[in-house]
Amino acid sequence: MNIIVCGSLVPDPLQTLEPIAGPTGPALKNEMMLPSWLDPWAGHALYEAANLAAKTPGTKVYLVSLGPKAKLQQVMMTVAQKVPFELVALDGPAGGFTDAAETAAALAAAIQSIPGLNLAETLVFGGWESASRGAGATMQIVGEILGVTEQFQGVDSLEVQPDGSLKIMERVEGGKHQISVCSGAPAVLGWATGSLPEPRNNPQVGMANMRGIMPSLQKAKPAPVTTGDIAFASVSLPKQTRDTKIVKDTPPEDIAAEIVAWIKG
Amino acid sequence: MNLLLLHTESDGGLAKSSLEALSATIALGGPFAVGIVGESTQAAADAIATCGAARFLTVTGPDYGQARYATDAAAAEALARSAGAEIITAPATSRWNRVLPGVAHRLGGKADTHITGLTISEGKPAATRWFYRQRMEAVFTRTSRPWLLALEGGIAPAWSGAAGTAATEAVTPAASPRTQVTGFAAPSSDQQTIRPDADLLFVTGAGWTKKQPDGEVKTAEAETIILDFLRITRSSLGSTKSLVDLGGEGVAVLPFLSHMNQVGQTGSTPRHPKGLSTCCHGEEPHTVGWRFIGERRAISLDANCGWSRGKADVLYVADAFAVMRKVNELLA
Repeated sequence: MNIIVCGSLVPDPLQTLEPIAGPTGPALKNEMMLPSWLDPWAGHALYEAANLAAKTPGTKVYLVSLGPKAKLQQVMMTVAQKVPFELVALDGPAGGFTDAAETAAALAAAIQSIPGLNLAETLVFGGWESASRGAGATMQIVGEILGVTEQFQGVDSLEVQPDGSLKIMERVEGGKHQISVCSGAPAVLGWATGSLPEPRNNPQVGMANMRGIMPSLQKAKPAPVTTGDIAFASVSLPKQTRDTKIVKDTPPEDIAAEIVAWIKG
Repeated sequence: MNLLLLHTESDGGLAKSSLEALSATIALGGPFAVGIVGESTQAAADAIATCGAARFLTVTGPDYGQARYATDAAAAEALARSAGAEIITAPATSRWNRVLPGVAHRLGGKADTHITGLTISEGKPAATRWFYRQRMEAVFTRTSRPWLLALEGGIAPAWSGAAGTAATEAVTPAASPRTQVTGFAAPSSDQQTIRPDADLLFVTGAGWTKKQPDGEVKTAEAETIILDFLRITRSSLGSTKSLVDLGGEGVAVLPFLSHMNQVGQTGSTPRHPKGLSTCCHGEEPHTVGWRFIGERRAISLDANCGWSRGKADVLYVADAFAVMRKVNELLA
């Protein structure tokens, strides 16, 4: 079995983000200067993939990642130390305003170009949405292009059963999980958080990964994804500032009474 | 013609989010059809028979009672082709969010999810949604058709018209699913802490697990106070990432918290009329969890806390343990 993880880069969430008008559409101010991370949900997908591969002999994990080559190299220095994988790099914009369909087409083409990949024995993982575009659309389109119609979104748990079927738990409304059983690969799984903590850095894994990552980055195909047919009328920061009333030096009893009145009001 | 996609609930009826999407679709103007997917669909169609839809298309059967990609995508595709729709709306339920982008690909169109506003600008629909996890908001339109839009809850008032008898047209999609939905997993009702319809979101921060002024960590008491408050008020429980992560790393903190409770940059952004945060600390990445909360109050020992200053209407600079103990006493 093979597991393909689609995952891109997002700005460090602690950075201040400011939209600007770029030559081809909206962009972030100083976008290339912002430190980047592996998208958090894609990260969960990668860690779950590695965990499953470790329990399933003969399973190989690929990370298909679209982003500016220099940024990818920076992020992979960290990600490579987490779990074993082979990188398939695509050199292109990873910003949130690019079109999900164009991104999906580029990712699907990269997956189809992996030598010797048997799609019938492949699971395609990714985040259920990105922390940049936040569309929750890319993985479904990747699946459609690849002809995979068993798809799951908001996945928190995957269990390969003895008969090869997949028991999957997806987030649904009301804090519940829907439990499904799929007969087996191929399938697309858009992960939520899963249940695994972030793996500790392992320098040996990092060294092994980097031997493949650097050549992959060098031969990364260009993927000039754009905003597609989207015409942005405006992109703005939310005006959220409220005139906060500060209540200090007040006994807990009085505060509690005020809060209770507010809750009941 | 526009098309509104709906699915029935387990009781055969329509959810509030479906009725809100109906109102938003009517507000677009022009003729529209309603496509309903479910194990049985007539009752749902009858419930909105007087909404003004030009057609009621249905995909009905046991296979379509399950929320499953293969069958739902086939149903939506068949309904869209039958209606010949250019603008296709649907409530942003987990069921429609799962399939709409794939359906758009099949139809040669485009899909956008998490739509929080939908208007007509210069004769064309213009959608509003958030980017970078609710940190910036964009208004945009597309030229591709069909354009599929998953509408978030609260986008419009729920439609409330008279029921009637809808003349439905059955549509038969083709799908061969390899997946069976076998059930649902949820905490028992007295342990369920996520309540989307609650009036109040109660947000807990990592401060509940820190040393208190007497130098002691009082996790057990924190658990009692929080769960008592939730039990009395039937509030929904949210948490900051740091507190949830502590539990995920094996640290004994508040055992009832999971990633499902997490709000903010990498969690959910729930919608409730009121929100009360306690012991929360952080800056913008966390406060996005507040974004869709109406009235907001906070209890924190830090008067400059990013969760509160400029984000809450009222900040009580106080010990949350002491205040919430009294709150529970008053509410009991």
